[in-house]
Amino acid sequence: MAASATPVTGGRSGLERSPVSRLPDQVLQAGLTTLAVLILLLIGYFFIRLIGESTKALNTFGLSFIFGNDWDVSRNIFHGAPLVVGTLITSVIALLIGVPVAVATALYLTELCPRRARAPLGMLVDLLAAVPSVVYGLWGVFVLGPKLEPVEKWFANTFSFIPWIGGGGDSITPGNYFIAGLILAIMILPIVSAIAREVLATVPPENKEGALALGATRWEMIRMTVLPYARPGITGGAMLGLGRAIGETIAVVLTIGNAPTIGKHLFDQGYTLAAVIANEFGEAANQPLHASALFAAGLVLFVLTLLVNILARWFVRRGTRGLRAPEPEDDGGGSVSGVAALGAAS
Amino acid sequence: MTGPETTSKEPEKMSSAPEQSEQEAAPDLSAMGERRQGHGIKVKDLHAYYGSVHAVKGVSIDFPANEVTALIGPSGSGKSTVVRCINRMHEEIPGGRSEGSVTLDEIDVYSPDVDITAVRRMIGMVFQKPNPFPTMSIFDNVAAGLRLTGTKTDNLRERVHRALRAVGLWGEVKNRLNSPGIGLSGGQQQRLCIARAVAVEPEVILMDEPASALDPISTLKVEELIDELKNRYTIAIVTHNMQQAARVAKSTVFMLDGEVVEHAETTKLFTNPSDERTERYVTGKFG
Amino acid sequence: MSATSGSTLLPRTSGGRKRKDRIMRGLMMAATGLALVPLILIIYYLLYKGLSSWGRSGFFTTDPNGNFFGNPGGIRSAILGTLEIVALATIIAIPVGIAVALWLTEYGKDAWFANVVRYFVDVMTGVPSIVFGLFIYISLVISHVGGSGFAGWKGSLALALLMLPIVIRSSEVVLLLVPATLREAALALGAPRWRIIWKVVLPTARSGLVTGSLLSIARGMGETAPLLFTVSVAFGLTGNLNSIMNSLPMQIFGDITSPRDAVVARAWGAALTLVALVLILNLIARAVSRRSRLT
Repeated sequence: MAASATPVTGGRSGLERSPVSRLPDQVLQAGLTTLAVLILLLIGYFFIRLIGESTKALNTFGLSFIFGNDWDVSRNIFHGAPLVVGTLITSVIALLIGVPVAVATALYLTELCPRRARAPLGMLVDLLAAVPSVVYGLWGVFVLGPKLEPVEKWFANTFSFIPWIGGGGDSITPGNYFIAGLILAIMILPIVSAIAREVLATVPPENKEGALALGATRWEMIRMTVLPYARPGITGGAMLGLGRAIGETIAVVLTIGNAPTIGKHLFDQGYTLAAVIANEFGEAANQPLHASALFAAGLVLFVLTLLVNILARWFVRRGTRGLRAPEPEDDGGGSVSGVAALGAAS
Repeated sequence: MTGPETTSKEPEKMSSAPEQSEQEAAPDLSAMGERRQGHGIKVKDLHAYYGSVHAVKGVSIDFPANEVTALIGPSGSGKSTVVRCINRMHEEIPGGRSEGSVTLDEIDVYSPDVDITAVRRMIGMVFQKPNPFPTMSIFDNVAAGLRLTGTKTDNLRERVHRALRAVGLWGEVKNRLNSPGIGLSGGQQQRLCIARAVAVEPEVILMDEPASALDPISTLKVEELIDELKNRYTIAIVTHNMQQAARVAKSTVFMLDGEVVEHAETTKLFTNPSDERTERYVTGKFG
Repeated sequence: MSATSGSTLLPRTSGGRKRKDRIMRGLMMAATGLALVPLILIIYYLLYKGLSSWGRSGFFTTDPNGNFFGNPGGIRSAILGTLEIVALATIIAIPVGIAVALWLTEYGKDAWFANVVRYFVDVMTGVPSIVFGLFIYISLVISHVGGSGFAGWKGSLALALLMLPIVIRSSEVVLLLVPATLREAALALGAPRWRIIWKVVLPTARSGLVTGSLLSIARGMGETAPLLFTVSVAFGLTGNLNSIMNSLPMQIFGDITSPRDAVVARAWGAALTLVALVLILNLIARAVSRRSRLT
């Protein structure tokens, strides 16, 4: 109680904090800022080192490192078109299968499914993301690949008239573009679905009500209001999934067959940028050109995923921020007394 | 209002240019056709719940055809809920449940064999916050309901233009029908939403505080429009604003705690209420 | 279709529209079912093939031996190796990640540089894990930094790089949730900023920070590609993080390509172990986040 009257003593104003007591704050701020800067510098450093290690191969092969179709370790020729094409084929398969399923799942979970089942079902879909890629690979090698092999053979032989898809049915092996793409589809499903759910949750409920009040069925409501509104965000989510598919290594190296050629059919063996690095990395250690070619493949992979991710972020951002109706100013309205109301009525 | 009807009954469309602009500014309900005898709504013993909360407790209200009926009452009195039960939008809210009967021309909208989308098509709704579809153009917003039932293209344009004329928006938007609906001002957006509801030619239009988010001038326009609309539709309007009720409604319902306290001619309800609670509310003693 | 009067007042919704609605709802439900099929199958096969390995004597208590015949050994060194590598990665990534997140929320805020950092962190989450492995390989393994080429701690660094963006993003989200009023109340009392961070911000956000950290650990634990280029693989048990080590993902990766059934069986057992560890971390993370004070 006596403390209430304690005066501020000393020469300094009581409002000013001493330089000493401010020091920890400044140290903290400087330290944290340095840390943030360091992380950026580190990424930059890695990037430059990666370019440095790749130059040997890039100088030797030039543009044909990407566009030439001849990857032959024994002749020391590294023209990476088979890898680039394989990466694209598997990623496209992953998107074609994974994205529709992921979006449909997200729509079901946000718009249709009984409320109580939402969280548990969503958690189960999320769990797919928790499975390590080496486990997907293990499962693909010993379960999915062998089990689907007869189906693929039947499909390829029955629809042999369809270019790219049919034909070559008898040479099908458990590891091929399709199996790798299918595994990738499963692996990107949770991330695409999670982002789609997030975006769908931002669709203003008043728009959905507007559609329902016009006599729209659930599906019509989704088609009229939900999907158009969420499209940019879903596109961004799909692109993030694409980034994942392009960079996935272990599951692909185990299921794509690792043949450095451009396959003629959906069910042919192939290779991807990531898979070639993982697979040939051991033997290349003492072959400077081969090693450099693998680093260059890593560089292409890095730049490719970077671009895809930058594009994806742009879409997602547009999707979650864009399209919001300008808020009409809120006017409380009803504070008028009944007497005044009467005046207006007469 | 089927397709290739002759233009004889139609009011002038784009013909006489000069005075047109002045006429276009005002709601022109004749654009929708002659005055039409509509159908009333009878709400009987309606109960509505939010989860375990009993929000509407045995409400019975008659909404006579071609009249504006206002619902007033303090926040939480259940007036919005009653209106949302009429077109069965209440059950879209998680935990929302309702029982009782709502009859539109002898059809109980709650009977199990009634098609809920058909009910909502017959009973249009305008919400508190203007909610044009943000991804659609002005034209597409009005056409949205018509497209659901597969209205053909030429007929579609006709009906969209008519609806825009009817809400007095035609003059303001005719040159930018393809620009986004959310580019309009708040008041214009709300009239666009009314046009959207009117375009499908419902029997009844429910309005849940349609002007509470608008500025006074837009409010006035919407009120004028409501006055016109009653020539063709049965209208139920929820409002916080007693002046508004007095201006637009023939009869007014006063609700309190999920029950109807009084339902009377608007002038009587405001000048000579029979219930003491109504009097206290309309004179501003509470609420 | 003009609504006139009488008993036909209510228009019928066309059968086509209703059918389409039913079909589309059905498709969406089917897709959800389909999405869960792989999860169920993977769990089924993991249990079916993995549990019998678990039951083999010495599975958790012996190391792989590389013998061509007979008992191939268990996964003791793999489990412990994974735990060591991930532990070190955690020690690096979590404090750094939370610190950067703190800088973003407390100091950087909306300054352009903070947004640059945020942007790069975002983009970093999309960088394939193999690239992080290559980074460390180029800068630390080739040049034999620390006396050896491949080493456990280099793997930890690669995993830490991978975990960092996850920690930063999840931490920033929860730190932003700390109510400004709490901070202001403390500031009004004259407390210096670092004390507010230490005594108010971090404790309030604790469970959220723990959740994000656990999820990042779970993510790092299952990664194979970064280890391939940094730690390599070994049979024996070692506590020396400056040497090559065994780890669960690398053990599985190596065992898959073996022609021996017993070794493949070990891969299933190891996979079940790995998935169990990752799932446990995920479940703990969820449990912690549910108890969070911030929502």
